[in-house]
Amino acid sequence: MTTIADELTIERRGHAGSVARRRTNFVIFLGPAIILTVLFFVVPVVIDVAVSFTDLSRSLRISEFTTEQYEKVFRTDRRLSQVIGLTFIYVFGTLAIFNVTFGLILAVATTAIRNASGSFFRGVWLLPRMSPSVLYILLWLWAVSPTEAGLINQVLMQAFGLDAPLDLLTSAPIALIIISNGFIGASMGMIIFTAAIRSIPEHLYHAAAVDGAGTFAKIRFITLPALRWPISFVTIYQTLSLLVSFEYILLLTKGGPFYDTTVYALYVYRRAFESGQYGYGAALALFLIVIGVVVALLGWRFFDMERLLQRPRIEVH
Amino acid sequence: MAKIEFRNVVKRFGAVEVIPDLNLVIEDGEFVALLGPSGCGKSTSLFMLAGIYVPSGGELLFDGHVVNEVETRDRNVGVVFQSYALYPHMSVRDNILFPLRFKKTPRDEALARVTAAADLVRVAELLDRRPSELSGGQQQRVALARALVKEPQLLLLDEPLSNLDASLRLSMRTEIKSLHAQLGVTTVLVTHDQIEATTMADRIICMRAGRIEQVGTPDDLYLRPSSLFVAGFIGSPPINLVAGEAEDGMVTVNGARFPVEGASGSLTVGLRPEHLRIGDTGFAGRIAQIEPMGREILYVVETGMGAVRVLEQGSSAGHSTGEQVKIGFLSENSLVFETERQKLIAGAHVREPV
Repeated sequence: MTTIADELTIERRGHAGSVARRRTNFVIFLGPAIILTVLFFVVPVVIDVAVSFTDLSRSLRISEFTTEQYEKVFRTDRRLSQVIGLTFIYVFGTLAIFNVTFGLILAVATTAIRNASGSFFRGVWLLPRMSPSVLYILLWLWAVSPTEAGLINQVLMQAFGLDAPLDLLTSAPIALIIISNGFIGASMGMIIFTAAIRSIPEHLYHAAAVDGAGTFAKIRFITLPALRWPISFVTIYQTLSLLVSFEYILLLTKGGPFYDTTVYALYVYRRAFESGQYGYGAALALFLIVIGVVVALLGWRFFDMERLLQRPRIEVH
Repeated sequence: MAKIEFRNVVKRFGAVEVIPDLNLVIEDGEFVALLGPSGCGKSTSLFMLAGIYVPSGGELLFDGHVVNEVETRDRNVGVVFQSYALYPHMSVRDNILFPLRFKKTPRDEALARVTAAADLVRVAELLDRRPSELSGGQQQRVALARALVKEPQLLLLDEPLSNLDASLRLSMRTEIKSLHAQLGVTTVLVTHDQIEATTMADRIICMRAGRIEQVGTPDDLYLRPSSLFVAGFIGSPPINLVAGEAEDGMVTVNGARFPVEGASGSLTVGLRPEHLRIGDTGFAGRIAQIEPMGREILYVVETGMGAVRVLEQGSSAGHSTGEQVKIGFLSENSLVFETERQKLIAGAHVREPV
């Protein structure tokens, strides 16, 4: 005799005949994703780990298995500390100034004005993200060109009476990589924050107005608290994505002058593909994964994501 | 406390005129209800009082001062929203404290006032909770405390009971009414529920399509509804309204004929179910349906003038479906309206047919 609970379980699971069908469904629905994940995520990591324990270099020949590459990472590579310091400035600066703060300002500003104008401005800010990175950086190169023809120099010289053209790529390279990345990065925060702001019930703003709040008080007491989750998410997500992305920097400054704008990910690239130290590049890349995981966990802890992800006990309308 | 006055107030949203011309005076300390179906402009009027909407024309006065352009935050009104609109990330204490933040109330005094307000609506033991940890009734009380803590000159209640269950609604009704009696603050209640309006308010403003249909005490609206709309809106179960033609002191409604006094032409006769009784005299009919309602029984009777609802006292049905009965009523309880203009004809009555 089956109990009611058993019957319910059977009811929910379906009957015995469908076991085979469930297996087929598993293969059909999850198979492609699993293949792709293994092929493009698991296998590369395994290869990376393997390569990092070899002396693979330009000759593409492995003569020995060694932990030499890790000794380099932790002991002998003196440039690495400078690279990590720069990466911190780059990631933190881009996040703090653009991806979160500026994204937030854009979202608040474009939702406060008329819908049509708001959408227009958000569209404008999305343009660089939609254009190919090479094209985007080409425009930047024109803008900061150290000659009199450069856009910024034209403005400075003709409108502000500057005497000689500036070479921003040499004099302010770190600021440039932060700004060029930030202009693109801000759009993601903008979109996520805009959606979150839109979902705040209007009656809360009415209540705040009745209670005596002005525009800034409404932003501080209603909008920002409601954005806690999106802000945490954007911060963690963008930290990780900034840690590993380097294409704009490579295109704009090539990591130079010298190593001045070589962030960690770009350093990996330069070591592996410019100097041909594939083994060392692999070890560096693996260390970057470790850094990424640590940063993500710290962020998770710092923002108390666990609590934020809990489901509310009572539906709030 | 404030005396409120609408003078030829107009409100348009784009091309849509929601309120064409509103004139109304609410006395200092009065409890009035804006009653009407959805879309009648009652919430729009409330939002204009709160300053959330700005009138498109006319003048809105608080104590004789035009406040059309006065911002919400400078009006010192307390509002309880239909959804309560409690700040979800703040504790109950911070929610109630919130209005005092902007009044630069010293911290000690502010906290004392929060405690007093919480005591008043009996949520003192909930001060450290979040709104999501409260039941609907508790959220409602907190919303009331937040509206009252700043000692508003005007209290606005937007459908405050519509999200509560039936028994809670009953007790909140009593509590809001006694709070008003205690504090004496001018209060405007917006509701589509005639029972809420008649039980709580001193005066009811019945609205329809942006216009006032009738202003009066609950008794006025019930006993002397000025129009067919008000007659149909007030009273539960709804009034029986039947249209007919009057000639030579007799009104013919479908197949039934009644003596009528004080009116002629196209008339609509209104008979409330609770004023009808099944007895030995009156017009004949056959009971089509019986709906026991506990203390009362609602009979739907097929008569010569159509289906008529009759509400009888008593818990057990004294009659059965299909039974032939006679329905009588007292002449003074009958209402007679002009069908064309939909207006009540004062002093006109119909009598039971003999």
